[in-house]
Amino acid sequence: MPVPAAYEPAGTTYVRRRRSRFTVRHWAMRHSRSLETLYRVFAGTLLHLHPVWKAIGYGRAEKSMVPVERAFKSFMFDCRMCGQCVLTSTGMACPMNCPKGLRNGPCGGVRADGHCEIEPEMPCVWVEAWKGSRTMVQGDLINVVQKPVDHSLRGTSSWLRVTSQAAAEREAVDKP
Amino acid sequence: MKDHEFADPGDPLPELPGHSSRGRLERVLRAGQFAVTAELNPPDSADPNEVLERARVFDGWVDAINATDGSGANCHMSSVGICALLTRVGYAPVMQISCRDHNRIAIQGNVLGAAAMGVGNILCLTGDGVQAGDQPEAKPVFDLDCMSLLETVRVMRDDSRFLSGRKITAPPRVFLGAAANPFAPPHEFRPLRLAKKIAAGAQFVQTQYCFDVPMLEHYMTRVRDLGLHEKCFIIVGVGPLRSAAAARWIVTHVPGIHIPPAVISRLQGAADPVREGKQLCIEIIQQVREIPGVSGIHVMAYRQEEMVADIIHRSGVLKGRQPWKKLRTETFEQAAAVAR
Repeated sequence: MPVPAAYEPAGTTYVRRRRSRFTVRHWAMRHSRSLETLYRVFAGTLLHLHPVWKAIGYGRAEKSMVPVERAFKSFMFDCRMCGQCVLTSTGMACPMNCPKGLRNGPCGGVRADGHCEIEPEMPCVWVEAWKGSRTMVQGDLINVVQKPVDHSLRGTSSWLRVTSQAAAEREAVDKP
Repeated sequence: MKDHEFADPGDPLPELPGHSSRGRLERVLRAGQFAVTAELNPPDSADPNEVLERARVFDGWVDAINATDGSGANCHMSSVGICALLTRVGYAPVMQISCRDHNRIAIQGNVLGAAAMGVGNILCLTGDGVQAGDQPEAKPVFDLDCMSLLETVRVMRDDSRFLSGRKITAPPRVFLGAAANPFAPPHEFRPLRLAKKIAAGAQFVQTQYCFDVPMLEHYMTRVRDLGLHEKCFIIVGVGPLRSAAAARWIVTHVPGIHIPPAVISRLQGAADPVREGKQLCIEIIQQVREIPGVSGIHVMAYRQEEMVADIIHRSGVLKGRQPWKKLRTETFEQAAAVAR
């Protein structure tokens, strides 16, 4: 038996997740292309709203953004709120759903039927990620080496972090 | 050889340009020779002699000995401990590090400690899940994954700094390895994953057990197309199967090992399955050796380690070359006399 507490998704439990026959996560991976487009538009909007976030203060905006982000991404992707989202690099399959938390590809233990070695009834997150990435425009981002997870960012808003970083980059380009 | 070299058989080799380590494995591989490595079965004991006895069966047959790190999520003597013992007598170990049991702080400390004790090769692994072992109630760590582990050790070696950026005064001179499994899905992604590991720092890879040579050939074709065999030494894992029942048990219980039905039926039909398993292993080695881009073999003969020397001898992969052998002499004076 796996140890549920170690890889419990946000907003649900291992047992509840197993009971649900329909997992939105699998749907999301099959529609990775449209979700990629949707995300790009959404990220653009957030960046557009940068003055608003700046006026409120990113720290304060985070308080209301985190529950929204958590609810949406938990429903869609079984998000674990690692705070450093890489969904667009991983075929819209949340790598934190991998019981080993692998962010750089499948381990060597994937079963012949493409299922997880630890949770045999679950399709390997990375087999799905690979499939998802093949339909995406920037699917080859799956070949980029990801940094180790920064555990101090757990539970923070990835959306706002990406936005503030993009805004800072934009300003750096504009200024010099 | 000079006399003083016998004073400490674990002395590192002189530094060569373009080499990351001062160990024999890297030297053999870079010289273009077919390398042979073997896996040591770690003892469930605190007796150092058990380690040395287990290493002795490989003496003069292998270029490096792998020290596993709680493989299959079962507890044994630690890989750091085994490596420390092996380097003391001069063997060249490959220290395996699994991300399952240590976080980044422990791992970086172990890398420095191992390098200080003369370990020249480190193999970066993710590790089996805790459920695979006899203590499934343990907390899985998986702070890093094999890829970020590779990058961490590479940065420690090449940039002389920890993950945090803090300076290391003497960097660990290690030859960096990773694992590869060409026999598990998603098959199209596997060669790209190897490319990713090379980008992260892998200089050699040791693969999972090969029982399906056509599948390996297919993988290697893709690897050669990507030019990966020129950036990384590929060492193919092999091993003897004991019986058809053992093979079936492995297929159902050990994740990631692919054994084709033809192999199982061949063992099933054999009068002496142990001998047949050994013969099969020798045949696989001879086929694997011929695949372009393969730089060596890694023999994993779990609980059949005494067979390894004969398997290597009969497969003929060493072509008469003898890997480093510990001199069996009583005293320093005798060792010096032999050298003269």
